Amino acid sequence: MFINFYHQLKSEGVPVSLNEWMTLMEALTKGLSFSSLTGFYYLARVVLVKSEAHFDRYDLAFAKYFKGLETTEDILEKALEWLNNPLPSMLTSSKQKSPFSQWDLEELRRLLTDRLKNQDSEHQGGPRWIGTDGTSPLGHSGDNPAGMRIGGESVNLSAVKVAADRIYRGFRNDSITGVRQYEMALRKLRQFSTRLEGPKDELDLNGTIDATCRNAGMLKLIWERPRRNKFKIILLMDSAGSMDRYMQICSRLFTAANRTTHFKEIKFYYFHNCVYENTYNSHIISEKNAVKTEEFLKKFNSEYRLIIVGDASMAPSELLMAGGAIAWNEYNKEPGQVWLKRLARHFPYSVWLNPVPAALWGKEPRYDTIPLVQEIYPMFELTPEGLEQAIKKIKR
Amino acid sequence: MTIEFSQFKGSTDYIAAPDLQNSVNVAIALGRPLLIKGEPGTGKTMLAKSITGSLGFKLVIWNIKSTTKAQEGLYGYDTVQRLYDSQFGDRDVSDISQYIKLGKLGEAFTYEEPVVLLIDEIDKADLEFPNDLLWELDIMNFYIPETGVTIAAKQRPIVIITSNAEKELPDAFLRRCIFHYIDFPNKKMMAEIIKVHYPNLEERLLHQAMEAFYALRGINGLLKKPSTSELLDWVQALALGGIKQDRIVRELPFLGVLIKKNEDFARAQRYLDEREGRRPKPTSY
Repeated sequence: MFINFYHQLKSEGVPVSLNEWMTLMEALTKGLSFSSLTGFYYLARVVLVKSEAHFDRYDLAFAKYFKGLETTEDILEKALEWLNNPLPSMLTSSKQKSPFSQWDLEELRRLLTDRLKNQDSEHQGGPRWIGTDGTSPLGHSGDNPAGMRIGGESVNLSAVKVAADRIYRGFRNDSITGVRQYEMALRKLRQFSTRLEGPKDELDLNGTIDATCRNAGMLKLIWERPRRNKFKIILLMDSAGSMDRYMQICSRLFTAANRTTHFKEIKFYYFHNCVYENTYNSHIISEKNAVKTEEFLKKFNSEYRLIIVGDASMAPSELLMAGGAIAWNEYNKEPGQVWLKRLARHFPYSVWLNPVPAALWGKEPRYDTIPLVQEIYPMFELTPEGLEQAIKKIKR
Repeated sequence: MTIEFSQFKGSTDYIAAPDLQNSVNVAIALGRPLLIKGEPGTGKTMLAKSITGSLGFKLVIWNIKSTTKAQEGLYGYDTVQRLYDSQFGDRDVSDISQYIKLGKLGEAFTYEEPVVLLIDEIDKADLEFPNDLLWELDIMNFYIPETGVTIAAKQRPIVIITSNAEKELPDAFLRRCIFHYIDFPNKKMMAEIIKVHYPNLEERLLHQAMEAFYALRGINGLLKKPSTSELLDWVQALALGGIKQDRIVRELPFLGVLIKKNEDFARAQRYLDEREGRRPKPTSY
């Protein structure tokens, strides 16, 4: 059933497993979708989609798959028009309420189609017709506890319309969002940094007490590896003019990196368009702040993870020619490419984060140099998702 | 076909959106844990309380902290007590079962009547934590090797798990859950929520407060948007402070109740100044 919907979801990038699909089938046989498309929309979403970041993709897939399939909703919508004007709610005594066991969906649906055939106008109150405030099992604001709710607020939108609205677009994690999401991504650099390597040099108090007790009171010391994060990070950021338009994105990453305290060390360095003889320890590129790149390489061993942030967009000469550096105070004896390669060789774990959308890399003249840099560094888009991928790359 | 499963419809002090009610009922019908995410202050934890209230079940809360281990939820073996007892000869130490203390999950398994087990803020714990619970939440039993006893759930508890997305949860765990993301309530629903908490509130005050609140949330670039629970506090402050209603939107009194960060405070102030056409004052917190 709906197996193409499964493939549609897959192709939109919603990670659905067969397991979850079977759960959905189970739910459908239990009648949890209430045989309506809206019901199915919510049911399939709670069962199949496990992150709000994927809601938008789900909506897209749903809208594509069920486009033009609105027949059930059409019946409902007709009924909805009659339900638009509810009376003030009415109270029924408790003995009038029937127990839940009488709740029979098939019966109700039969009633609904039946009534829909015979009823031709709006109706309010009363026990039989579809309408508001009555005790008929069909309608809303009414008081038949075993009734079928038709519309009322919040279901007014049909599922396809809800899906087409794409209200979860903001949650996609491949779009640019707040500092917090970068922090979350940076935090992932922690998970492999524990308990796997290093000496056991921290006393495990609980373990010791436990082992001592098991040892009938004779002291037995238990040592464990400390859970310190071993990651050392260098963030090397482009602070050239062409980066100005991405300032906001970069500053978010910077704030996030600054706030994350769990790295063993995090260093910030800067460069102008491309790395040459000098790097800088402040975003103001001037001789006063210059650090010889060779010194830089001596100071930081290959254990450091290098994250370069830049648009990698420059004049080809800056990358390929000696003396091509754009800054007036620099004459580079070696082309930028050589320096970039040198850095990449020195730091086996290095990535390049680019605020330019990946779709444009190498596609426009001003982004021509991006593919050249890509040959040296694995490059990712500067989005929370891109950062996550980058982190996977340097985590090993 | 008869459908028999508990119908959760929200409770008198908790307004649940229809899709949330639906998710709860689906989770109950399928016997799967329900994972709840959403902005802080949208009532994730309150949901479990509301379910117990409306369905008349008992509530077992397991609060997760960064140091919580999965094992703690099952049972603990009080070896220290046993050691003491062996030294002072107080009790028969060969009976290990008296030193086994069930954790919250174990406790939830022992009830005869259905219970709701709330695993609160699961993302606080170690990354492996959810994975360590997979079997227990699936099969609803666990084995205690010290005593050779298997604790099995007498009634499958309804498991509600909340997460603030501090950490990503493992895929294997997610696959077994029903997932619901609580949307931020729209104005209409928010009005209902406020009325549930403060039934005697003046309509106009409510209206003005909501107006100001949603405008504030709409400001671009807020680091932390004010949430439902903060709005509730604010409304109370406004009511108690006897603030004139026309001042609410214009001046945003007691702004500190809604906004908790210096940067946001400055931003809100700027927004106010711009809207009122005032010359911005030098920022002061």
